Amino acid sequence: MSDRGGYITEGVRRFGAVAIFLVRMLIQCVPALGRPGLIVLQIYNAGARSLIIIMMSGFLVGAVLALEGYTLLARFGSSEALGTAAALGLLRELGPVVTALLFAGRAGTALTSEIGLMRATDQLTAMEIMAVNPLRYVAAPRFMGGVIAMPLLAGVFNLIGLFGAQLVGVWQMGVDKGSFWSQMQDAVDFRDVWEGIAKSLAFGFTCSLIAVHEGYNTEPTAAGVGLATTRTVVASSVLILLLDYILTAAFQS
Amino acid sequence: MDWQPPAATPRTWKAKLPSPNASVTNIELSGQASPADDVVVDVRGVNYGVDSRPIFKGLDLKVRRGQITAIMGPSGTGKTTLLRLITAQSTPSQGQVVVFGQDVAGLGSSGIYAMRKRMGMLFQNGALLTDMDVFENVAFPVREHTDLPEPLIRRLVLTKLQAVGLRGAADLMPAELSGGMARRVALARAIVMDPEILIYDEPFVGLDPISLGMILRLIQKMNEALGITSIVVSHDVQELSTIAHESYLLSGGRVVASGSPQELAQSHEEVVHQFMTGAAEGPVPFHYPASDYHAQLMAEEP
Repeated sequence: MSDRGGYITEGVRRFGAVAIFLVRMLIQCVPALGRPGLIVLQIYNAGARSLIIIMMSGFLVGAVLALEGYTLLARFGSSEALGTAAALGLLRELGPVVTALLFAGRAGTALTSEIGLMRATDQLTAMEIMAVNPLRYVAAPRFMGGVIAMPLLAGVFNLIGLFGAQLVGVWQMGVDKGSFWSQMQDAVDFRDVWEGIAKSLAFGFTCSLIAVHEGYNTEPTAAGVGLATTRTVVASSVLILLLDYILTAAFQS
Repeated sequence: MDWQPPAATPRTWKAKLPSPNASVTNIELSGQASPADDVVVDVRGVNYGVDSRPIFKGLDLKVRRGQITAIMGPSGTGKTTLLRLITAQSTPSQGQVVVFGQDVAGLGSSGIYAMRKRMGMLFQNGALLTDMDVFENVAFPVREHTDLPEPLIRRLVLTKLQAVGLRGAADLMPAELSGGMARRVALARAIVMDPEILIYDEPFVGLDPISLGMILRLIQKMNEALGITSIVVSHDVQELSTIAHESYLLSGGRVVASGSPQELAQSHEEVVHQFMTGAAEGPVPFHYPASDYHAQLMAEEP
């Protein structure tokens, strides 16, 4: 019983620590906006450098989705609806979620280990002593860069995914190209697109916050940096899936 | 390099005299009786602990303007912690740390940043920002705190790099520097904003004799040529005794001895003697507290 109490206390304490960190960082986001160059650099680091893995995964996910979708839809004689199924699956669900999971593994870990090493080698303390707030100079631009990069990456993922789905559905399985695209245009409305954007913004916020927080509060040792990086991936992945359920339920009601 | 460490001769103190008004304010704030005292850092009866482990118990020390003050002590006596207190990264649980006449605990974050702009600090490993080259590292505080035009920043940075002998290394990345070079770049960065106090955290650790001599000469040069008050935290007795005007020896959470390095060397107090001569046994024991040696070896179970 006392063990369970300890876990709950520790959980609440960590949640509180992240919340306080978030408020302090958000305050510093305002002056950090005055240095767009730093934010653009972080969009490049978190976004552009993740492009290859996002594009490859998008293509493969789209292709598999078309393969599975075709087998299922053909059973009901409605294989022309493959375009709709692939588009809705990618836009609302797979695009944001898989992008976020890949983002946590690629950009999130890079952020945590970079900031963690800056902590371990006294770079953050040196900034403090030089009267430069590291929350403003290091944390805020990386956080904002991640939040902006995530929906862009999800957009790329969806585009390439649809291309992959078309490649398999139309060229390999022989679905009519006209009905693939026209049914998709009829069935997909802005609400679906918005659901995807809202999800990837929420995931971008969560992943970037966790990555920056874990890096910033790393224990300044080699083992500490490793542990923080692991925690970033684990916490991000679990929270992405939990948030996904909550947001999906919210959009359905 | 034909330069030799200077002989241990006491030197006169060549600091600028404070204006009458400034000295009156100082007297009021720091509670000093004599106008000749110009204390920039005043640590008064400080108690401080980490995780209920006490580090300081009633620590008192003063750093005077224009002097090189050495803070020595065995490893683990909290020398680096003292620097954290002086730079307002931590606040004492009891007592006061007064810097530039202001109690650090009473400063808000803007007050702390204003105070830190008047300080420079040299970290043990340099703590250079790894994603910038040497030039940008030194230019960093200038870019952050001023809007000087680029040509002026360039001249300022090159001047400081010239002072530490690394103008030619301006384009190198921190990973390409040796330990001694990284520390000299960090020193250039620490002085680029012309601080009043320069704090050195273990500046001699892990340096070869040539680099060590260079750092030693630079500390002295900064103090003599620029009149910068210097606080040097180290356990290298020999090196410090050649440059320090005043020394404090910390042990067991308080100052056990203070005075000029020569006075410390002649002290008969056991702790001071052990530290200055490097004896393995003394008040600071060689053995970490443990159970009986014989009993532990003979015991069947661990």
